[in-house]
Amino acid sequence: MSEPRKAVALVSGGLDSLLAAKVILDQGIHVEGINFYTGFCVEGHTHAIRKKDKARPKRNNALWVAEQLGIKLHIIDIIEEYKDVVINPKHGYGANLNPCLDCKVFMVQKARQWIEKKGFDFIITGEVVGQRPMSQRKDTLPVIARESGADELLVRPLCAKNLNPTRPELEGWVDRDRLYGFEGRTRKPQMALAASFGFEDYAQPAGGCCFLTDRQYSHKLADLWKARGERRYELDDIMLLKVGRHIRPRPNFKLIIGREEGENRFLQGYRKQYTHMLTTSHPGPLVLIDGEASQDDLDLAARITARFSQGREADTVDIEVHTLDGASQSLQVQPMTGEAIPRDWYL
Amino acid sequence: MSRIELDVRRMLCPMPVIRTQEKVEQLQVGDTLTVYCSDPGAIHDIPAWCRVNGHQVLDIQQKDEEITIRLRVGEE
Repeated sequence: MSEPRKAVALVSGGLDSLLAAKVILDQGIHVEGINFYTGFCVEGHTHAIRKKDKARPKRNNALWVAEQLGIKLHIIDIIEEYKDVVINPKHGYGANLNPCLDCKVFMVQKARQWIEKKGFDFIITGEVVGQRPMSQRKDTLPVIARESGADELLVRPLCAKNLNPTRPELEGWVDRDRLYGFEGRTRKPQMALAASFGFEDYAQPAGGCCFLTDRQYSHKLADLWKARGERRYELDDIMLLKVGRHIRPRPNFKLIIGREEGENRFLQGYRKQYTHMLTTSHPGPLVLIDGEASQDDLDLAARITARFSQGREADTVDIEVHTLDGASQSLQVQPMTGEAIPRDWYL
Repeated sequence: MSRIELDVRRMLCPMPVIRTQEKVEQLQVGDTLTVYCSDPGAIHDIPAWCRVNGHQVLDIQQKDEEITIRLRVGEE
């Protein structure tokens, strides 16, 4: 008896990739999952930071999908390589700083390299024609297949009947008649298929699974690039954009203000990398100062910090400032009023 | 059989899982890996990753903010 054909499924943790892999598994193909971590993924660490989120189930959806399917899952760190996708997207951005088409090309390309290395036969994705405005259109799906180099080895089981047959279909590795012809933004066919498989409790992220599709997050990233005078980032930068209240009073520095205990604890891990301040006379946030701040800037930052402490109504608040050279100073400041902080300082 | 340790404290999920996966790839079947982490998500994610990839979680200990997961490398 010949060895079963082997496919790798791009598993995001959402419903479409779950179904796509299941459809192919049910045809007797050996399937393993691959999940890429870009640093911008919404799930994962984001639930670990805020104390108020501690009660939420801490489930990695891609792993949950793999368990449902009984397949192996390989989680791949692509943080470094992905920077070029975010900074220089050939096909441009979507509504925010989301380079969806370039992202999909990149991920399928990585999957193609993976199958070549591991001796697998083809790639599966959960894409559906017309599902997304940028990366899942009738005219962009062929772009992904072509530019990734996957070409005829890329199978989209959920919408295959709307596309030309791929090599696995032509060779008979996969029965095209048992693939689907889903199309458009409606989720009803997927939900019906999930029900037929008995899948419940699958993830349905309201705003997608990438922070780059978020307007406010993208605004903060654009601000970071503008302040630095160049489009670059490190992992710590994009982590910190997910945490705290960001206020930029002057072009040369911004404050990252912990909003609650969990965020304060998370920000504490950055004390050696950033000038930081905290209130000593009243309970208050830990605040990181990102940028080069003069004494006048620190005085202003201290007044803003006081505003977000429990001493906001007090005449004065004591602040301790720790600078990167290891020095510290104590300031006594009048808290800034809420009205005195212009709206456009908030990022 | 080797006993190896991996410190992924301060890393947030899924990085503890990714680093565990990378370390396991270098080990032999039957080796034991002890992973030290601080992200509460790791309590769920590392055992889930072990289950789907055929490795055995030997024990999980949690003390304050620190989590220690010990696993045995299974067959590829």
